[in-house]
Amino acid sequence: MRAFIALVAREVRLAWTGGGLWLPVVFYLTVATLFPFVTGPDKALLARTGGGILWIAALLATLLPIERLILPDRQSGVLDQLALRGWSDELVATAKIMGQIIAFALPLLLATVVGSALIGLPEAQLGTLLLGLAMALPALSGLSVMIAALTAGLSGASALGGLLLVPITIPLLIFGAGSLSEDPGNALQLLAATSLAITALSPFAAGAALRAGRV
Amino acid sequence: MSSRQASLPLLRIENVAIIRGNRLVLRDLTVTARAGDVIWIRGANGCGKSTLLRLVAGLLTVTSGSVYAEGKIALADENLALDANLTVEAALKFWADMDGASATEQSTALANMDLEALAPIPVRFLSTGQRKRASIARVLASRADIWLLDEPYNGLDSASCARLDQAITDHAASNGIVLVAAHQPPTINVAQSLVLDSKGVAA
Repeated sequence: MRAFIALVAREVRLAWTGGGLWLPVVFYLTVATLFPFVTGPDKALLARTGGGILWIAALLATLLPIERLILPDRQSGVLDQLALRGWSDELVATAKIMGQIIAFALPLLLATVVGSALIGLPEAQLGTLLLGLAMALPALSGLSVMIAALTAGLSGASALGGLLLVPITIPLLIFGAGSLSEDPGNALQLLAATSLAITALSPFAAGAALRAGRV
Repeated sequence: MSSRQASLPLLRIENVAIIRGNRLVLRDLTVTARAGDVIWIRGANGCGKSTLLRLVAGLLTVTSGSVYAEGKIALADENLALDANLTVEAALKFWADMDGASATEQSTALANMDLEALAPIPVRFLSTGQRKRASIARVLASRADIWLLDEPYNGLDSASCARLDQAITDHAASNGIVLVAAHQPPTINVAQSLVLDSKGVAA
């Protein structure tokens, strides 16, 4: 257990020293800043569409850390050393996903408060938006590790990552944006279910990809 | 060594063949190593030395035959596996803690590879030979019974080579097993000197 915590802590440290903390947050807030320039100062329009834009920004921010999640550890032999010590690939993937939740998902949630203020989202929506993102971000963290494991070492990994991520995240986006409507109950339940399924499956998919990549 | 497990380590490789990338890399290979043995593996580039070590480490699976290892394994290959932005000491500590090495064992490993002066320097600034020494120190602090060293002498100066010789001899003397893949002939007493030919057969 201590070794697992050490590995999660290493993930967080690597993320925060390697630009993994600021890059997604800055990207996310940039979208929130630029969006009102596109729509003009129409408060009603911003209130109606702003939440959805933040959802899209969160999904796209997921792609940013993908290249540094698995590939450097594979190249430097860290994954080999963990396998040698009897770590299952699924456990390594789980540690990486937990690291992502701490290093990527939590800062993005905090940035959502700032972002929604920039867009001028009604306060009633902010709660739902935060709740929805809090449900979806573990799934997005799982997906980013899974996609990083699948594409590590391939040429054009980032482009491929985008292609892989978008279809899987469409249900999250539909239910997430749906929850911003007047009655969020059903959409949030479906979002929670989808997110739970993706989060639970991603360590196994990522683990299998790590194993297949070991040559 | 009291720090390691009580039962003696053992390594048995029987009739192993392995295919990598549609190429038969090793075949008909049988090696047995008992506690206290140093096995020296030589052969031309690409003859399968590294493959053999990765096989023993459990990172590859055999195509036929069997590999049986009893005891904890440590591997030092071309990959340093130390975080580039950490200091040498902190990067080694990450693995040493994972392996349950005490602070004394960690500082002994640093001292044995003459890394004390480099301890506060980030790993990314190390030279080739210094990197090699750091990766050997990682093995020294691993509390493993079976050491797998892939080209450990590459890039080392003569003083460091002597330190490595000493470390290998000491480990063997304390009932460990060491597999060394190297280009040069053994510079220490070895139990078995294995030469692989271009087809991966022990000549």
